[in-house]
Amino acid sequence: MMFVPGNNPGMIKDAGIYGADSVMFDLEDSVAITEKDAARFLVFQALKTLDFGKKEIVVRINDLNSGLGIQDLEAIVRAGVHVVRLPKTDSAEDVVFCEKEIERIERAAGIPVGTTGMMAAIESANGVLNAKEIAHSSDRLIGIALGAEDYVTDLKTTRSDGVELLFARCMILNAARSAGIDALDTVYSDVNNEQGFIEEATLIKKLGFDGKSVINPRQIDPLHKVFMPSEKDLEKARAIMAAIADANAKGSGVASLNGKMIDKPVVLRAQRMLALAEVSQTDEGEEV
Amino acid sequence: MKLVKTGTAGTMESNDIMVTLDPKEAGGVQIALSSSVMQQFGRQIEAVIRQTLTELGVAHATVDAVDKGALDCTVRARVRAAAYRAAENQEYDWGIM
Repeated sequence: MMFVPGNNPGMIKDAGIYGADSVMFDLEDSVAITEKDAARFLVFQALKTLDFGKKEIVVRINDLNSGLGIQDLEAIVRAGVHVVRLPKTDSAEDVVFCEKEIERIERAAGIPVGTTGMMAAIESANGVLNAKEIAHSSDRLIGIALGAEDYVTDLKTTRSDGVELLFARCMILNAARSAGIDALDTVYSDVNNEQGFIEEATLIKKLGFDGKSVINPRQIDPLHKVFMPSEKDLEKARAIMAAIADANAKGSGVASLNGKMIDKPVVLRAQRMLALAEVSQTDEGEEV
Repeated sequence: MKLVKTGTAGTMESNDIMVTLDPKEAGGVQIALSSSVMQQFGRQIEAVIRQTLTELGVAHATVDAVDKGALDCTVRARVRAAAYRAAENQEYDWGIM
């Protein structure tokens, strides 16, 4: 998910060309308080006019308690945004409140109720401790994400080698899995440190995250390389699925590969890996 | 929409347009446009500005626009933002935009 400042027409115009799986136009932290209205008009017009292909389009709204967030929703839901990213989600009630507002606007605009998806960004100790309730709070939620900068400030620490985020990452990941939705990791702010970015991306992939937010197009390719299964892994996954198909054809309930029994979790991992590879190839094709 | 003061929106960055609207009592909409792509798109940009002001019900205004290669959607967004600011109006009607 690539973050794009919502008041920058040049970045908005080019947002679709860099190969990110999803693009998030930001109306919150990257927009000066005096330009909130202008950014809202700009993102509204961009959503209604520009063709971003098959990219998932997300808009991060302002805090609903600020008064700005409702205006953001009024604009972007009507403009047909795919997913609303709710910032600073501390509780399930925050999600439910936002969902009710989205539903009200969908009804007023004649948009089928349920069209607009949601994502909740968790950025505080309270939010992390409530992660499971947040993840289960709405059928509209497609995922929950960690917002690390506010979170470490709340913890009274700073970002370092990632150890300060380990608890939050594990909580968010397990909450997402419990609810059957995606878990997205936070941004890596030092765009000139590619090695550090790759190490962090490798860590969060090992933990089980589905993806990571990026703040610069330069981070997209390294991230995809970390998440893309190797050809060796893909060959193994194909062999597993072939062995399963062979066992099914023979009416056998038990499949094996190279003398090892293939149980259900192995099949699920193989299916997920092949699906990921297929999606990645589709995206690459779109870029060309 | 009645403009009551000067309203400005946009920046001088590439791909943007800076729009300044001033209220007038009569005389229609007068546009002073400078653009880095004046030869190719000057008439189109002016048409989008006029159309957007018409949609907002602004019949009389002076428009000063400095374009740096903005797309039509950006021109519309900046004109609307400038107009709402000039009208001191925050009752946005997204349904008709």
